[in-house]
Amino acid sequence: MNARLQMLAGSFASIPLTLFGLILVTFLIGRVMPIDPVIAIAGDHAPPDVIAAIRTQLGLDRPLLVQFWIYLVNLVHGDLGRSVMTSHPVTEDVARYFPATLELATTAIIIAILIGVPLGVFAAARQGSRFDHVVRVVSLAGQSIPIFVLGLLCLLIFYVKLGIAPGTGQLDVAYEGMVPRVTGMLVIDSVIVGDWDSFWDALAHLAQPALVLAYFSMAYITRMTRAFMIESLSGEYIITARAKGLSAARILWRHAFGNIAVRLVTVLALAYAGLLEGAVITETVFSWPGLGLYLTVSLLNADMNAVLGATLVVGLVYLVLNLLSDVLYRLLDPRVA
Amino acid sequence: MLVEIQNLRIQFRTATGVSEAVRNVSLTLGQEKLGIVGESGSGKSLTARSILRLLPSNAISTADSLTFDGIDVLRADERTLRRIRGKRAGLILQDPKFSLNPVMTAGAQIAEAWHVHRGGSRKAAEQAAIELLAQVQIRDPQRVARAYPHELSGGMGQRVMIAMMLAPDPELLIADEPTSALDATVQAEILRLIEDLVSRRGMGLILISHDLPLVSHFCDRVMVMYAGRVVEELAAAALTRARHPYTRGLLECLPALSHRQTRLPVMQRDPSWLEV
Repeated sequence: MNARLQMLAGSFASIPLTLFGLILVTFLIGRVMPIDPVIAIAGDHAPPDVIAAIRTQLGLDRPLLVQFWIYLVNLVHGDLGRSVMTSHPVTEDVARYFPATLELATTAIIIAILIGVPLGVFAAARQGSRFDHVVRVVSLAGQSIPIFVLGLLCLLIFYVKLGIAPGTGQLDVAYEGMVPRVTGMLVIDSVIVGDWDSFWDALAHLAQPALVLAYFSMAYITRMTRAFMIESLSGEYIITARAKGLSAARILWRHAFGNIAVRLVTVLALAYAGLLEGAVITETVFSWPGLGLYLTVSLLNADMNAVLGATLVVGLVYLVLNLLSDVLYRLLDPRVA
Repeated sequence: MLVEIQNLRIQFRTATGVSEAVRNVSLTLGQEKLGIVGESGSGKSLTARSILRLLPSNAISTADSLTFDGIDVLRADERTLRRIRGKRAGLILQDPKFSLNPVMTAGAQIAEAWHVHRGGSRKAAEQAAIELLAQVQIRDPQRVARAYPHELSGGMGQRVMIAMMLAPDPELLIADEPTSALDATVQAEILRLIEDLVSRRGMGLILISHDLPLVSHFCDRVMVMYAGRVVEELAAAALTRARHPYTRGLLECLPALSHRQTRLPVMQRDPSWLEV
């Protein structure tokens, strides 16, 4: 157990270094981008002395190293700067928009896991069967169809033509502002205050983007699960399990799946991280007020502090989930440590 | 008779046509120790595994009859097969490094075999697993029961495998090259252990190996297979009187400790062996 704790400590020790790298890279990207944040603030026709004044105020006239130092110091104090577009501190904005992304991505990954993992397991168990072929085609399509095509198609069919789904956004205008903000995730907040009308509306709005994202993620999870399971099912220990006279279900789940569970955790964690950071397109298509939409709009407005802040948060999420899967891997696999 | 096989054929359909792995093999087995000897690809493993119908999914097996204690194995459903597999006939595989489940403790794997056929509480199964580990002469059964396969040596792993297969008290044990992956000194220990347990429990044994003298030492009867056929079957004691040139060739290839041999003879294979 001691060796195991040491390995965990090793996992955690790598965080500061990775984090520093992340900050450095996002900072540099922000500085080398061919966008002048000063013009974004002052406008195209501002007089030169105003531009110079703002430049000094932002500290952009100082050496890059000094700028980075100031950026770091501010970061340590939880200051990501102020967004030009919203005129709020970026941290406030992120706290405002991130819950919506979290809600969307979490719903999507839960659906994707609940469908994708069993689909992959059964497809592998009946490798080469008609069921397997269908699963392969469905998951291949999920990975190859661009997500914005799927999103727009969904909106066109279910919202425009059939009228059975609500349109874009997180909530109907009629319900806007009815639910006090607790977690920022409307489905949960409406349950907390017991506002069931808002709850159903929020859920209906969540369904489409979540399902589109879930399909994309499910395709990946199914393919990985199937590949892992085929490998596991060909193991000698499966012959042993069959020779023991175990039931097919027990061989499949306890022995074959038991051997891939650990590796699958990593895949699932990374898929989740991918959803949290990669919902940018889906959020744009569905006007979902999440971090992705915030990032896109900020980028189009050359709102550098907002872009850097949001990017940093996305990177941090990835880092945390990666670390989590690493820790789980070390805890669950008896062969490690 | 425990096992009766009449004219067993096992084929594999491949892209280039049908390949025949086992051709017209017949054998009968009672409470005795039968050795099956042959080189890689001679069909010895497939023949033995077909008794439990544990062949690769793309194998096609046919036989005039293939029975285990009167039960038609070829036509049995999964439920019937599961009452034979493990419960009445166990199978020991070559390398415990691969044949034991890497993410389950040794104790859990033995307890599982016990529990699935004998029922009872989890606690009783765990206790039984420890007793079984003691029976296969493991000195510290409590510790080994808690260990994962990668923490065990090859010999230790094979003892766990044996304990697992003996848990439901079967009537037949099929050992498919049980010592090929082990060190020479451990090999003898494991074989003695198998022989001892089989004799004491009055079980039938099928020992598959490519080591002819070893098999003849531990078995009553030896069957020699070549290219999917049985080329010779004889009492282990009568090995020196083997008549088939393949068997004779195998025996002549053995280096002897007692006298110097400059060069071992190389077997000349005769195409006519394929057409027995």
